[in-house]
Amino acid sequence: MDFETLRRLLVIAGVLGWLVLTASLNIWIERRLLALWQDRYGPNRVGPFGLGHVLADVIKISFKEDWIPPFADKAVFVLAPAIIMTTALMSFAVVPFAPGISVIDLDVAILFILALSSIGVYSVALAGWSSNNKYALLGGLRASAQMLAYEVFMGLSLMGVVALAGSFSLHDIVAAQEDMWFVVPQALGFVVFFIAGVAETHRLPFDLPEAESELVAGFHSEYSGMKFGMFFVGEYIGITLISALTATLFFGGWHGPLLPPVVWFVLKTFFFISVFVLLRASLPRLRYDQLMAFGWKIMLPLSVANLLVTGAIILARN
Amino acid sequence: MFSNLRSMWIVFRHAFAKRVTVQYPEEKPVLAPRWRGRIVLTLDPDGQERCVACNLCSVACPVSCIALQATEDESGRRYPEFFRINFSRCIFCGYCEEACPTYAIQLTPDFEMSEYKRQNLVYEKEDLMVDGQGKYPGYNFYRVAGLAIAGKGKGDAENEAPPVDVRSLLP
Repeated sequence: MDFETLRRLLVIAGVLGWLVLTASLNIWIERRLLALWQDRYGPNRVGPFGLGHVLADVIKISFKEDWIPPFADKAVFVLAPAIIMTTALMSFAVVPFAPGISVIDLDVAILFILALSSIGVYSVALAGWSSNNKYALLGGLRASAQMLAYEVFMGLSLMGVVALAGSFSLHDIVAAQEDMWFVVPQALGFVVFFIAGVAETHRLPFDLPEAESELVAGFHSEYSGMKFGMFFVGEYIGITLISALTATLFFGGWHGPLLPPVVWFVLKTFFFISVFVLLRASLPRLRYDQLMAFGWKIMLPLSVANLLVTGAIILARN
Repeated sequence: MFSNLRSMWIVFRHAFAKRVTVQYPEEKPVLAPRWRGRIVLTLDPDGQERCVACNLCSVACPVSCIALQATEDESGRRYPEFFRINFSRCIFCGYCEEACPTYAIQLTPDFEMSEYKRQNLVYEKEDLMVDGQGKYPGYNFYRVAGLAIAGKGKGDAENEAPPVDVRSLLP
């Protein structure tokens, strides 16, 4: 085994380890931050700063009964949580943590991520369908419609960045932000992408698929034990992915003074994870028709206009 | 959009607000003197039992957690032979305290009475008695009541005149 192979294996193990750690840490971050913004302390009993709660949660959920309802479509029921977990993890294969540190540097990295997040829709749709439960089906229905709608302009909002960098590769995009972060010329693209990202991960205020006050728990109503845990982890990895992508595409990825590149990347990612939590802490859930109208009537035209103006400016410069 | 950003900012500012949580085992909550907690039986200023075993607390108790047996000592004072409160049933409503004609039974600002065994929540008289007068210092039932006991005859109580032979008032 030569050095290059070993390095790649190490990177894969590192990325995977970091992801699983971050996903479980996100639970703690979310609970502590929500508490912070609600004038409470949050979990602070087990271990330093309450970090032991994460471990306790993991132990608890893995010992829960893993129950498949007798009326469910068994094969699909088992498959659904695996899909969201796999797609969320695979998307991270192309995310560059530092110069040269990523599992693979694809030329079509952005398309790869968008394709995987489209596949992720299958997870919620199949989970809702196979549960054979009206609430789950409604949740799955909402989730797939919402994710499909928001996918459209999520992709479009990134095209401005791609046009500026002249590449679909995330490495090239970060390298192109050496002098100026893309959030400056692509401020609108950033806003549209982040809102679409919140909707893609179905987090508040776009958590209609789960809407616990209306749909029990939406598409994962029937799930328990580690299968539910996989939805949970999938969602948190999704948040991490959107945060990492926002940092990579609009906020210069690993670029930053003094500190090593990886630290900058992780810092930026955690900043956007906190923004996700802040959104959850402050904004109420939308109505479903408002959500769809907001997507198709406001965000889609905005992203198209953003793409048009960016393209026109690039053409005029040349 | 602006209102959304504004509410996000308002929520963010709460990061620097004072916490409302009381970190309980280390930090004790401030309880009012009239807080309804653990029930005690108090003594009168002479150091004798206030309870006259009238059973009113037991009757007033909505969950029937008070049991007692009345008896009388040689001086004529009534007192409970046993007095038992089952705190696993008690709802700390304070009706017993309101019903008590002699200020004997009182609720105190103390709630730390958890037990590992249910049976340990049944408090007997010696668990309930405290060496003090509680919320009503200076009150002595026999000193204000007309009832005669050994050492205090008819009319010896406070604000009480000796009994009058009504026949002596005849014209």
